[in-house]
Amino acid sequence: MDAAFEGIGASVRRKEDLRFISGRGNYTDDINRPHQMHAFIKRSDRPHARIVRIDTAAAKAAPGVVAVFTGADLAAIGGLPCGWQIHSKDGTPMVEPKHPVLAEGKVRHVGDPIAVVIAETRQQAKDAAELLDIELADLPSIAGVTDAVAPSAPLVHDEAAGNQCYDWHIGDKDAVDAAFAQAAHVVKLDLTNNRLVPNAMEPRAALGDFDPSTGDYTLFTTSQNPHVIRLLMGAFVLGLPEHKLRVVAPDVGGGFGSKIYHYAEEAIVTWAAGQVKRPVKWTAERNESFVSDAHGRDHVSTAEMALDPQGKFLALRVHTLCNMGAYLSTFAPAVPTYLYATLLAGTYTTPAIYVEVKAVFTNTVPVDAYRGAGRPEATFLLERLVDTIAHDTGLDRVEIRRRNFIPRDAFPYQTPVALQYDSGDYVATLETALKAADWAGFPARRAAAAAKGRLRGIGISTYLEACGIAPSAVVGSLGARAGLYEVANIRVHPTGSVSVFTGTHSHGQGHETTLAQLVCDQLGVALKDVDVVHGDTARIPFGMGTYGSRSLAVGGSAMVKAMDKIIAKGKKIAAHLLEASADDIEFKDGKFTVAGTDKVKTLGEVALTAYVPHNYPIDEIEPGLDETAFYDPKNFTYPGGCHVCEVEIDPETGVTRVVNFTAVDDVGRVVNPMIVEGQVQGGVAQGIGQALLENAVYDKDGQLLSGSFMDYTMPRADDLPNFTVATENTMCTHNPLGSKGCGEVGAIGSPPAVINAVVDALRDYGVRHLDMPASPQKIWSIINAGRLPVAAE
Amino acid sequence: MPQVTLTVNGKSASVEVEARTLLVELLRESLRLTGTHVGCDTSQCGACVVHVDGKSVKSCTMLAVQADGCSVTTIEGLAAADGTLHPMQEMFREHHALQCGFCTPGMVMSAIDLVKSNPQGLTEEEIRHGLEGNLCRCTGYHNIVKAIAAAAPLMNATPAE
Repeated sequence: MDAAFEGIGASVRRKEDLRFISGRGNYTDDINRPHQMHAFIKRSDRPHARIVRIDTAAAKAAPGVVAVFTGADLAAIGGLPCGWQIHSKDGTPMVEPKHPVLAEGKVRHVGDPIAVVIAETRQQAKDAAELLDIELADLPSIAGVTDAVAPSAPLVHDEAAGNQCYDWHIGDKDAVDAAFAQAAHVVKLDLTNNRLVPNAMEPRAALGDFDPSTGDYTLFTTSQNPHVIRLLMGAFVLGLPEHKLRVVAPDVGGGFGSKIYHYAEEAIVTWAAGQVKRPVKWTAERNESFVSDAHGRDHVSTAEMALDPQGKFLALRVHTLCNMGAYLSTFAPAVPTYLYATLLAGTYTTPAIYVEVKAVFTNTVPVDAYRGAGRPEATFLLERLVDTIAHDTGLDRVEIRRRNFIPRDAFPYQTPVALQYDSGDYVATLETALKAADWAGFPARRAAAAAKGRLRGIGISTYLEACGIAPSAVVGSLGARAGLYEVANIRVHPTGSVSVFTGTHSHGQGHETTLAQLVCDQLGVALKDVDVVHGDTARIPFGMGTYGSRSLAVGGSAMVKAMDKIIAKGKKIAAHLLEASADDIEFKDGKFTVAGTDKVKTLGEVALTAYVPHNYPIDEIEPGLDETAFYDPKNFTYPGGCHVCEVEIDPETGVTRVVNFTAVDDVGRVVNPMIVEGQVQGGVAQGIGQALLENAVYDKDGQLLSGSFMDYTMPRADDLPNFTVATENTMCTHNPLGSKGCGEVGAIGSPPAVINAVVDALRDYGVRHLDMPASPQKIWSIINAGRLPVAAE
Repeated sequence: MPQVTLTVNGKSASVEVEARTLLVELLRESLRLTGTHVGCDTSQCGACVVHVDGKSVKSCTMLAVQADGCSVTTIEGLAAADGTLHPMQEMFREHHALQCGFCTPGMVMSAIDLVKSNPQGLTEEEIRHGLEGNLCRCTGYHNIVKAIAAAAPLMNATPAE
């Protein structure tokens, strides 16, 4: 065994772990600046109300209070911008109401910030906030999408008639209608995708600092993309140019999408630091996280599939209502359109697809991307529909999938909904998963469970997703207001150690290890001699951050490009030192060699020469060994796979236990198998959470009923089984690493596998569909509905 | 304001605090021991678990004044003076039982108490049950359970912390 192997494919232990297991992580709330003050934000406890009056006098007079600000004080600064514009079917742009940093005139959801109190201590700020005299006049409100589009529904924004943000579509409606007219069978399913709260374990925090001597601002924040925050907050909210604003995202305790967006609190503390000329820190309490972090999912859909007599899919028609919440979060409009509807071909050859998506405003927290972002919604719809087709037609669940799979020799494959898949092998992941899950042996396990009085079911999901986000020109044409390339700066130091400055951001993904392994592999440098720097706009040239499983596929590819430049320059330096032609220099394992000779210079020797250029081709090349590359991907990447879930239900309690879970995913080239496995396990846990436990419940007016960990059921250790995780990879064809991404596959593939298993377990009770979460109460009610099983085995 | 005198990671500390100050606030703000985290307000997540007189306690649920005269161990105090990691820390790293690291200090402290309270050994089911008071959003718990199972025999073979 090669103990020293640390390159691509090695499960090396994580470099970042030492500080985390020793309590030496450096999260935003761990940072304290001299003379720092604390902000407490007074939020609306009403879903919709007119602000009649705010009297801040008593709060301002409270001990330790330095300032109190309301929307009126911030009227001169901009609203929180939206980063993606969707156009409706009729060509009109989406309705994009102002999203004020502090509420102006009205509050529109529980949690909407009204005022900020800044004091010497957190407790003083909190105490003083109790003294704010705020008069609110309640207005009629709505929380659910179906209520929001009712003709008599109250309006969240006066300018959004019918509460509509946009009414968008994709696909060939005529072709779909024609196919439905010819179909042997049509199977229709109504379903909802439950609203979720991301709940990263680290609550959001922000610390603003202002240096009066230079006029420079610094924001420390819990962000997945500090450069994006600098751009959005600097340019659109506060009017600060990039060179006067530094954004630092230090250790960040989980994101799952919820820390992509530019939030009001970031602007508040930065602006307030400039006002009071002292650092201002805000840290969310968990109850604030529930009502201010962007939520996820929340779709209500109808799906219909037209089939030929053999069960081949002829056409798919989908109508979806999706909840935007009270304001547009940074990337919200893109999620139910280009990250959802374009995924509805899935792994299948469905030749005609037509999708209508209506996005609506409600008096709820804004909804945006949460792990998977649109793709779990698409996968849940499609994979539930396929199982329902099997249920209605009597065809076998696995067979129907095989009949409709895109064959492995059909790539590149153009779907009818815009995407072109570059690679995949859905039969391979299916076969491996069926074998690993012992699908064939299930009837015996079902019978054994039945003998113990338990209901056992098995479910499958064969999914596809699009990540590695994203080709800039493509997303630009679809409404993105940003490019989605990535940036890497590789600095080979004079003695041969390497710093990587990446525009991606690690908040649990292990970039400090995985990205360092790319350097080990390409430059032949030991892992201990490579540091990955991320999360600081002052140190990193630029970057778009981490989301959409893009860090390796896009950020890693930028590194490869930068290292190619290092090698090309190093060859010229080595050629000079070795008195050879650069064309004759080969680079391998950290050594420059004259081809066919034993003449060699190490990377370290070349680096030293580059920085001490006494004997150097100075007329030809510059000193130094430091290269930057921007990489814009040519396409999305397309991970896919097969998840199999086996559940056992206790009919006495309605409690569902996941007893086996098998995930076989195609994530392309794997750099660190240990980390990939961990990513999939975590994603699957969130998917099982959505399917069985988690639900953001609003009452009909917009009060969040599941607003704490006492009420919102987070998956705990004893809710989950051991997972069987494997990969069956085909390479991405358009990036230099062949990697596709693994951060979201677990959360995308798993929810329908779980629900398909629950429905299978309940098949004798005539259950055709069950919406998530499949809670004990829901299942108990089905079992105890007063009817006997329809077909006892 | 009340004066709280306690031993933290073997060192004596005496701090004046407001009576309502929580133990976690004393640790994080007065002593700048920021390895102990706050993840919720409702004693549900366990990110703040420390040891008070050897037993795991959610430090967001205990007033600082209640810890007067107590001996507190935080994540910063687990490793030996020479830097040798506690076996539980080692096994968390070995088994990739952490991702973002935010729940990790509380998880490690809970896990140590769980193992110490069950010298007879723990089944996987018992470990999972024992972790009910600690939330992790990243790992799916699978590798945490593996790490604790691996650390238990190592802990039982070495002297207590």
